[in-house]
Amino acid sequence: METVIEMRNISKIFPRVVANDKINLSVRQGEIHALLGENGAGKSTLMNILYGLYQPSAGEIYVKGQKVSITNPNVAIALGIGMVHQHFMLIPTLTVAENIVLGSEPRRYGFLDMRKAVAMVEEISQRYGLKVDPQAKVESISVGMQQRVEILKALYRGTEILILDEPTAVLTPQEILELFDIMHNLNTEGKSIIFITHKLKEIMAIADRITIIRRGKVIDTVTTASTSPRELAAKMVGREVSFKVNKQEYSPGETVLQLENVQALNSRKLPALKGISLEVRRGEILGIAGVDGNGQSELVDVVAGLRKATAGHIKLLRKDITNASPRKVIAASISHIPEDRHLRGLVLDFTIEENMVLETYYQAEFANGIILNNKQIQMHAKRLIQEFDVRPPDQKTLARSLSGGNQQKVIIAREVDRDPNLLIAAQPTRGLDVGAIEFVHRRLVEQRDKGKAVLLVSLDLDEIMDLSDRIAVIYEGNIVGIVAAEDADEAMLGFMMAGAAGN
Amino acid sequence: MGKQKIWAKDLLEVAGVPAIAIILGLVVGAVAMLWMGYNPVIGYQSLLRGIFGDAYSFGETIRSMTPLIFTGLAVAFAFRTGLFNIGVEGQFVLGMLAGALVGAAWPQLPWLLHVGLALGAGALAGALWAAVPGLLKGRFGVHEVITTIMLNYVSLILANYLIRNFFRVQEQEATANIAPSADLSIALLKQASGGARIHWGTVVALGLVVLVAFILYKTTLGFEFRAVGFNPHAAQYGGINVTKSLILSMLISGSIAGVGGAVEILGVFGRMAVSPILPGVGFDGIAVALIGNNNPFGVLFGSFLFGALKTGAIQMQYVTQVPYAIIRVVIAAIVFFVAIKELVRRILRLKRREV
Repeated sequence: METVIEMRNISKIFPRVVANDKINLSVRQGEIHALLGENGAGKSTLMNILYGLYQPSAGEIYVKGQKVSITNPNVAIALGIGMVHQHFMLIPTLTVAENIVLGSEPRRYGFLDMRKAVAMVEEISQRYGLKVDPQAKVESISVGMQQRVEILKALYRGTEILILDEPTAVLTPQEILELFDIMHNLNTEGKSIIFITHKLKEIMAIADRITIIRRGKVIDTVTTASTSPRELAAKMVGREVSFKVNKQEYSPGETVLQLENVQALNSRKLPALKGISLEVRRGEILGIAGVDGNGQSELVDVVAGLRKATAGHIKLLRKDITNASPRKVIAASISHIPEDRHLRGLVLDFTIEENMVLETYYQAEFANGIILNNKQIQMHAKRLIQEFDVRPPDQKTLARSLSGGNQQKVIIAREVDRDPNLLIAAQPTRGLDVGAIEFVHRRLVEQRDKGKAVLLVSLDLDEIMDLSDRIAVIYEGNIVGIVAAEDADEAMLGFMMAGAAGN
Repeated sequence: MGKQKIWAKDLLEVAGVPAIAIILGLVVGAVAMLWMGYNPVIGYQSLLRGIFGDAYSFGETIRSMTPLIFTGLAVAFAFRTGLFNIGVEGQFVLGMLAGALVGAAWPQLPWLLHVGLALGAGALAGALWAAVPGLLKGRFGVHEVITTIMLNYVSLILANYLIRNFFRVQEQEATANIAPSADLSIALLKQASGGARIHWGTVVALGLVVLVAFILYKTTLGFEFRAVGFNPHAAQYGGINVTKSLILSMLISGSIAGVGGAVEILGVFGRMAVSPILPGVGFDGIAVALIGNNNPFGVLFGSFLFGALKTGAIQMQYVTQVPYAIIRVVIAAIVFFVAIKELVRRILRLKRREV
C-alpha cells in the first residue's frame, strides 16, 4: 500500500518540555492508524504539527512522497489533511449545513447559495453513511451528531487523511459503535484515518496499525493482529500493568448505607429516582451498572446531600440522613468522588493545598477560629501529595494546571484520607489513562479491604464487573436487580440494563 | 535554572499589562491633545505638576484617591465571590447620608466614639442597601447586575428626598454640618499643605486594604468566598453554604462602600447636599478594581492612578487650558487597554521575541 504521510525525525521543543523527540510516523493509504499514548505523551502535539497548528523544531514531513512545509491549517487542508479536534469548533447558532460550508461557501451571483450547500452536504453525508439533518441548528443536536458535522466539515474540504483527536471521549457506547461504522465506511472509500486515543479496547476493535508514543518518543509501531491489550499497555505505560485487581476474600460486615424507597427529581423536575432501595455493607463494593442517564447521577447526589429526596429514607449506620446538608453528610463520614471533577470535585483556580481541605478547612485541625492555619494546610497537602504521588509535587500548583489523572489523585487523596464510613465513587476513572485507572482501582479496593463500604457508579461495565462484589442494575430510576458479581456476565447485565428484570 | 526566571516572567506579565495600558492610554491622550491643537508635552508636564508638584497637589491627589480605595475594594471583594456589584455607587451615597446624619448628631460625644459611630452608620447603610440585591440573588437567583444598577438611581433619589423633607437645615438644600467631634480632617496637615483636604479616612482606607486582604486570604470566611467565586458547584459539594456566602459577601461589599461614603462626608464635605447626579466614585471603583485585578493591593495602585489623573487634570486645565475631559479620555483608554489585556499580552510577547 502507498504511504500517504511520512513524518521523519519530528521534534517539538516547548520552553519547558520536549513534547516530541525525533518521532517517525508513516501512514498508509486506506488504513486506520492509531496513535496510542498516555495523557501528555505528545500525541496531540504531533498531530497539531501535521495539521499546521505548530511548527516542528526539527524534522521533515512528506505527503505522498513530496516534502512539504505545513505552515498553517490552510496548507494542511490543501494537502488533503483534515482534523477533528477533541473540542468541537462549531458555531452553535448556525445550522449543520452552514457550519459545514463555512469558510468555503458555494456562491451564486456572489451570494451564498444555501440550497446548493444543503444539497452538497446531503450528497457527502450519503456517500459516507454519516446521517445528519443539514437544516438542524448545531445547538439542538447531540454531541455525537456534532462530531459527525465536524467529520463532514473535513470531508467537504476534500480531506484524504483524517485526524481524529480522542473522538470517543465525549461519546456514549452506542455513539462509539456508530463512529466506528463511519470510520470503516471512510476506509472503504480509500481515506486514511489517524486515530488518537488512550483506550486499548477501541484500538483493538478498529485500528489496523498502532504507533505507541511515550514521553515524546515513539516506542514501537505494531499491527493490531500481532499484539494484545496487555502488550500495548506495557508499551504505553513503560511497565507491566495489571488489569485485574487483587482483592481479599469477600466478607461483608454490618450495613453502612441503607436506602429505602428513595425518590427524587432530576434538574428538569422530572422523576429520576422512582423508589430506590439498596444497602451497602462494610467490606464490600456495590457497583451500580446502567446506561447513562438512568438516574445514576441523581442517586449519588441524593446520598451526598446535593439533591433533595422527595420520598423515602437514607440511613447511614442506622442514623437517618435523608436530606441532610452537604456539610452534615460530610460530617457523617461520607466521602464522595464526584463524577465531574471540574464541575464539583475541584476548584480549579485553587491550589492543590486549598483543594485538599475543600471540605475540612474550618475544622480545628486547619483553622483557629476563623483564621486559617496555613502551615497545617500546607503540611497536610505535602503529606497527601507524597502518599498519592501527585505530580508535580508542589502544593502551590493550581489544580487547573494538573493533568486529569493527577487532578483525580488530589480528589481521591482528599476523600480517602478522611477515613470515611462510606466512599461514593462516581465514574472515578472517566477520561483517565491506563496507569491512572490502575491507581484508582487499587485505592478503591484498598478501602473495601480496610472494611469500608464503597458505592461505585460507573458507565464502564468492565470496571463494574472487575471491582464490585455485588452489582445493582439501574434502569429508568429503578433498581431492576441486584446480583453477585461472580454470577454476573456481560450479556446478562446488558439485558438488565435494557430494563429486563434480574433474577 | 528555570524556576526563578519563570517566576520573574509571570510577574512581568502581571505588572506589565497595567503598565503598558497606562502608557498606551497616555499616548491616546497625547494624540487627542495634538489633534485639538495643544502641546502634549506641556500638557503632561502640568499634569505631573498637578499630581506631585507641591504639597497641596499631592495632598489633593491623596484626597481624591481615598474614596476610590473604598469603592474599588468593595467591587473587588464582591467580585472574588463571583458577584458583580455595580451598586457600589448607591451604597456609597447612602453611606454618605448616614455618616452626615450621625456626624451632625450628638456633638458632645468623644471624637473616637463619634467617628466610630458615624462610620459604623455608613457601613450599616451601605450593607442594608446591598442586602436587597444580595437576598434577591441568594434566594431567587435574580442577577445582581440588574438590581444593583437600578438601585443606584433609587439611592440618589431617596437620599435627595430624605434630605429635602426631613434633614435640611433652614433654607439650604443640605444636611446640618457635622459636629467637630466627628471631623476626620487633619488640621495640621491641612495647614502645612496649604489647604489640601487631607483626612484620617485615608488611614481607614489603608487599614481596610490590609483587612480585606486578610479576610480573603487568611480566614475560613475568605476561603468560602473565593471558593464560591471560582466554582459554586464545588463549594456546595465541599459543604459551603453558597447562598449564605453570596449574601454575606454582598453585605460586606456594601458596608465597605458605605464606610467610604461616610468618610467622604466626615473628612471632606462636612455635610451632605442634595445632588442632581451620582458622585461617580462607585463607577470609577469598578475601573479601579479592574486595573487592580481585583486584588486589594492592586486596588490601592489603581485608586492612586485614578486619583492622580483626576487631580492633575484640574491643574492641567487651569495652567494650559487643556480640557479636563482629555483625562477622562486617558482614563477610558487605560480601562479599555486593561480590558483587552489579551492583546496587550501579545504585544508584550512579541517584544520579548524580538529581544
